[in-house]
Amino acid sequence: MPDNALPSAISRRAIVRDGIGVGLATATYGLAFGAAAVTKGFSRPQAIALSSLMFTGGSQFAFITVIGAGGTLGAALLVTWFLGARNALYAARLADVLPAGRFRRSVAAQLVIDESMAMSVTRTERADARLGFWATGLSVFLFWNASTIVGAFAVGLVDDPNRFGLDVAFPAAFLALIWPQLRGRPALVTALVAALIAGALIPLAPAGVPILASVVGAIIGARFTRLTGPPRAAR
Amino acid sequence: MSWSGVLIASVGCYVLKSAGAFVPRRLIERRSVQAIAPLVPIALLIALVVVNAIGTGRRYGLDARLAGMTVAVVAITRRVPFLLVVILASATTALVRQIA
Repeated sequence: MPDNALPSAISRRAIVRDGIGVGLATATYGLAFGAAAVTKGFSRPQAIALSSLMFTGGSQFAFITVIGAGGTLGAALLVTWFLGARNALYAARLADVLPAGRFRRSVAAQLVIDESMAMSVTRTERADARLGFWATGLSVFLFWNASTIVGAFAVGLVDDPNRFGLDVAFPAAFLALIWPQLRGRPALVTALVAALIAGALIPLAPAGVPILASVVGAIIGARFTRLTGPPRAAR
Repeated sequence: MSWSGVLIASVGCYVLKSAGAFVPRRLIERRSVQAIAPLVPIALLIALVVVNAIGTGRRYGLDARLAGMTVAVVAITRRVPFLLVVILASATTALVRQIA
């Protein structure tokens, strides 16, 4: 990177580059999703529709897994929506990052997923947060759908992305993103309680519940936040 | 699988996303929400990390992922760039699986 480039230009380029990198990482899972959906009895158009219309990986895998295992539609919907419920929390957190106009906000809402939230809320400047959201959201949307199409038509070629260690790509990425924020008592208490709740609930609750329940960690952590004066304007 | 099932499931997921995006402003500006909101992504991301690192479905699975996550923590504390952290963690896990 040239030394004379403006810091902001460097950071903007880095934000876009990271967004594209995250999109590429999801593509391996998109391949696996497209292949798995067809293997489990979904048609190719249905596999592709799930990636573009549902567009939230965890829910998509849960949906095809429950249906593929012979589960009822009701059970599949419950698990799918439970997993998708965290996106509501993300979207609320991104209130000031998402565009204000009704139509554009409705479009942006579809891009609210783990990755776009993670690459946005960790930025301190609002412009950077917006860029992180759009760069990551659009990049993941593009790579995820393209790779689903390839996977759906190339069933059998990608059996197991875990062979390449890609199952730690996301936890490692999420940890790297959140690490700088683990400062101060509220954040540390939140992280500790969230980790304990999520870890403890793994064998006890259906998929998605451990993650949703971790929000209790934020509520407990917030008790250590000292709020003085009038409420600050929402960021 | 019927198309109606695919569509109902997808619409539900979108409704959840947009419900969060259109939460009334005054709710977000409440003081208790102000204290909790910045901590929510920390809780959710840490939970995602834990579930993805030690969970296999509804069981605990302590495997090659732990090696990858350990390398990730070391790399993060040494301020290694984001993408390199991800690559190092994945490569370590793949390597351990290859050996095992």
